[in-house]
Amino acid sequence: MTAPTAQRTREGQVPVVAAVALGGTLGSLARYAAGLAWPARTGGFPWTTFAVNVVGCAVIGVLLVLVTEILTVHRLVRPFLGTGVLGGFTTFSTYTVDIRKLLGDGHPATAFAYLAGTLCAALAAVWLAANATRRLHGTYAGRSAEPGETGHEG
Amino acid sequence: MNWLLVAVGGMVGAPLRYLTDRAVQARHGSVFPWGTFTVNVVGCLVLGTLTGAASAGPELRLLLGTGLCGALTTYSTFSYETLRLAETGAGLYAFANVAGSLVAGLGAAFGGFWIGQTFWS
Repeated sequence: MTAPTAQRTREGQVPVVAAVALGGTLGSLARYAAGLAWPARTGGFPWTTFAVNVVGCAVIGVLLVLVTEILTVHRLVRPFLGTGVLGGFTTFSTYTVDIRKLLGDGHPATAFAYLAGTLCAALAAVWLAANATRRLHGTYAGRSAEPGETGHEG
Repeated sequence: MNWLLVAVGGMVGAPLRYLTDRAVQARHGSVFPWGTFTVNVVGCLVLGTLTGAASAGPELRLLLGTGLCGALTTYSTFSYETLRLAETGAGLYAFANVAGSLVAGLGAAFGGFWIGQTFWS
């Protein structure tokens, strides 16, 4: 009895994995394009990766509040945009490897500023974006739920 | 050609993150995001190795570094999961996720760099 269910689950995963792969490709290319447009200066603060990560965190804050708390969307929207595009766009490996490089090249102050700066900005971005989205929706939902109107989600 | 290498790496890295996350998350009952933690640390180890390996050419760096490791690892999901932990009252887990990911990720970046320098220079 479990085999057909497991197979169905696996088959259901194919479009999700494809959506993640497509999104990941687009996100990675966008990150690569940002690196070409604003190349990092050797030994300098890695502003491009910093900006990519902070922007990605702000966008995921808006997106995931929208798709998990506010809107009912197609089941591939979250894997494509969240796991795929934003997951592919932002990077943790370049972040730590750049810190190691800054330390190894004798720039400990820049390394520490980058380490702490990215972390604080990324967490602040996701928190502010998620709460701003909730607040805006609350204002909108509060207005549309006034007497005489049918209050419904979405 | 460079764009194609990054695209192929990203096309493999992102689903690899998704599938690893699912496999890891199915194997524990904790609220700690071990799945994202795992892909981030593994990605730091691979990218660290690649930067230490002087013999790695620019094509390999674009394919495995910018493409694969860049897409395998994520800052957005890491931040969002930390926020979720903090919002749901699991503040200690949120702190552990931040501290643990930083320590293990940096450790993997340093360790990988040493491996690359030692074995592929």
